[in-house]
Amino acid sequence: MTARFYQTGTFAVGGRLLDEDNRSGQSDPERPNAITKGHRACQGCGEALGARYVLDAAVAASGGKLIAANGTGCLEVFSTPSPETSWRIPWIHSLFANAPSVATGVAAALRAKGRTDVRVVGQGGDGGTVDIGFACLSGMFERNDDVLYICYDNQGYMNTGVQRSAATPAGARTATSEPLGGHPGADFGEGKSAPLIAMAHEIPYVATATVAELRDLEQKVARAMEIHGARYIHVLVPCPLGWGHPTDQTIQIARLAKESGLFPVFEAVGGRITSVSHIRRKVPVEEYLRAQRRFAHLFAREGRPDVVARLQELADRNIERYGLLDDDGGDVSIDLLEALATAEKGAV
Amino acid sequence: MSPARSAKPDVVPPLTNGDRRPYAITLDVGSSLANRTGEWRTERPQYVHRLPPCNHACPAGEDIQGWLYEAEAGGAGYESAWRKLVVDNPIPAVMGRVCYHPCETACNRGQVDDAVGINAVERFLGDEAIRAGWELPKPAPASGKRVLVVGSGPSGLSVAYQLALRGHHVTIREQAAKPGGMMRYGIPTYRLPRTVLDAEIARILALGVELECNQRITDVKSAMREGGFDAAFLAVGAHVAKHTEIPGGTASHILDAVALLHGIEDGEKPQLGRRVVIYGGGDTALDAARSALRLGVAEPIIVYRRNREKMPADPSELIEAEEEGITFHWLSTIASAEEGQLKIERMELDDTGYPQPTGEFEDLAADAVVLALGQDADLQLLEGLDGIEVANHTVKVDDHMMTGHPGVFAGGDMVPDDRTVAVAIGHGRRAARCIDAWLRDEAAALDAERELASIENINTWYYEDAPRTVRPQLEDIRRQTTFEEVVKGLDESSALFEARRCLSCGNCFSCDNCFGVCPDNAVIKTGDEGEPYVFDLDYCKGCGTCATECPCGAIEMIPEAT
Repeated sequence: MTARFYQTGTFAVGGRLLDEDNRSGQSDPERPNAITKGHRACQGCGEALGARYVLDAAVAASGGKLIAANGTGCLEVFSTPSPETSWRIPWIHSLFANAPSVATGVAAALRAKGRTDVRVVGQGGDGGTVDIGFACLSGMFERNDDVLYICYDNQGYMNTGVQRSAATPAGARTATSEPLGGHPGADFGEGKSAPLIAMAHEIPYVATATVAELRDLEQKVARAMEIHGARYIHVLVPCPLGWGHPTDQTIQIARLAKESGLFPVFEAVGGRITSVSHIRRKVPVEEYLRAQRRFAHLFAREGRPDVVARLQELADRNIERYGLLDDDGGDVSIDLLEALATAEKGAV
Repeated sequence: MSPARSAKPDVVPPLTNGDRRPYAITLDVGSSLANRTGEWRTERPQYVHRLPPCNHACPAGEDIQGWLYEAEAGGAGYESAWRKLVVDNPIPAVMGRVCYHPCETACNRGQVDDAVGINAVERFLGDEAIRAGWELPKPAPASGKRVLVVGSGPSGLSVAYQLALRGHHVTIREQAAKPGGMMRYGIPTYRLPRTVLDAEIARILALGVELECNQRITDVKSAMREGGFDAAFLAVGAHVAKHTEIPGGTASHILDAVALLHGIEDGEKPQLGRRVVIYGGGDTALDAARSALRLGVAEPIIVYRRNREKMPADPSELIEAEEEGITFHWLSTIASAEEGQLKIERMELDDTGYPQPTGEFEDLAADAVVLALGQDADLQLLEGLDGIEVANHTVKVDDHMMTGHPGVFAGGDMVPDDRTVAVAIGHGRRAARCIDAWLRDEAAALDAERELASIENINTWYYEDAPRTVRPQLEDIRRQTTFEEVVKGLDESSALFEARRCLSCGNCFSCDNCFGVCPDNAVIKTGDEGEPYVFDLDYCKGCGTCATECPCGAIEMIPEAT
């Protein structure tokens, strides 16, 4: 994968010295731009970026024959203020909770019409996915419907004013998880790991990714599109508004989330983790936390070193559990049950 | 139905039987392209060309990042890299061997893993040019102006080259039998093979530069008048060895390093003896010691009054000398000399780092002493020129390299500056620009100030870890006995590897990152190499992601006018 002897290897998007095969799809001036300009996402929106990365890769993999069902949330709101749309692919929005079901329905309709050539993507934010639409998602998984579902995880309900979701990490301040009365922000022990739960459904393919590693994300989408049945990709998309970081830092924050170990990036096939994205330049969680206003209370006045230490423990646990520091390049295989047995809440 | 933006009717039109649209939809779907999100912007990105630290540090004024960029392409890129290189420096094969490469000291990559081996790539390009017979650019049409250049060292050759390109007729007068100055008579062949020097000089002469050797100028004024020259550039170098009084020294075999190195070039094989002391701590001392070794001296010993850290010689040469078995007596001066015996006084450094005598002495057997205490310029040729200011055996020049006498310029070792080949090339380059302006009666345009590209401008994440390629060195034992070149060049693949380690500080290298990371698709990839990307300011919201994720610091955010 790595093109040796090049200035930037394959870390950059493309490069004049790389042959076409080693450039990311996003370097192509003719890329699909499934979501086009003029959308009303905030400056530096990680979700707008993530959605383009994912869907452009999916369009490429499906030869342009792709339908997307979208749950309610930022992505839906900023892309389709009536009468405008930013979508350049067939796209349908129904309700907050039912994007997986709508996607299932579209897939069923296509099957009924014998259209095996058209593929279906369901997508939503973390609120619509891990909270409100979770029953629909679990149903889609257990039936193994032929849908690739993407969760764009910005760790809260950003569109409605930054409320806590089940994907909000411990210690983070939101409008509904104020650091008051000894609470550290969002409490430890709450929340859930949707990717691990998806693995528990033993669906063919589960992966996590971030907007900081474009090629990794593109590869995962391409791999998922090669498979039929229920597939799930959970993409970390930092939110300048809700996380309180400068608008130019979105990718850098996503990078730190992975490099600190707080957000493990991995791939699982049939309920087993088959590969992890190794940490390249390890950083303490503090570097990640300090860069965001939602954690500012952990460092104000006397600070909450106890909370920071607990978050570091979570990161260290991830590093150990997923083998994030292994640099042998070999695939690690972690038994799901073992992973679940050692799982601590709030890790992902 | 009317277009999307103007579609919102003031009054919802009543549905009619003939209208087949479903109930409750009153608007056609429009594209978000109608929404010019660029209006949100408070800052805008713009592409910049910051000054790379290598270019900034290069005394010759080379656009190093620029020629490395060309070389990175490999293949035909080497020639375009060489063409870019010789805009500023006509002797890259020489420079790639003898330069002390301050560019590498300044290189931002040095803070990531290892500095880019710029010098080695320069040598590779220079050698490729000689091998392939690439020619220098064609000179401009003749201007009719005549310039006298006194001395054919690096600054003389540099100015002659630059003036010839600008269409002026140049005559170089050289005192020695062959051109090159200290490059020939000071730098030993194991550092600079003469075939390389000759090839690069011949290429300059091929532009129509006239060279007259064995011509010592004793009077610039009359030489200019008699030759009908419109301007002169003086570059006689510094060939007069400094001496020091060593009590009793008349009885022992004492010579100076300048004469020794000059003699070796002329084919002399001086009999120095078994044990030779070289007195001094500069590059010339090392050259003399390493040459003595090759002349059959069993034990060359360098005696220097300060310590290793304070030695002015280039560290890489010092290491090579140590590897060859040269020994050093640090913190030592020669108090007196007798036949076969020296009295050495121990020194110690005071608080200001200056050596002070201690009164402790020791004896050191030596068959000969070679003085390498520095050189002065022979300034006799200036007599009769008014306005010239001389200080400390050097000639003062202004920013335009002009002496106090109008139309007479000077550079190289005879003016106050560091005495290196690179500095001399830079003097010649700058002087040529100013002489050209002088001849046209115009103001010379000097290099504009640019913001320096520091490591803070670099997003190091995007660069692959890749330590530098070390040039192969001759085995120590072989080098001790021959004047064969010590440091060998890079082969093609390692030169390419090295070129591609360049971070391209402050200047776009077309990595597509800005195009790829914009959440608003507001970067347009043009396919034009001169301007690979442009910002679509109708939609750019000014988030700054492109600038932050630009690996090389080629984008800056500037506030919008309010």
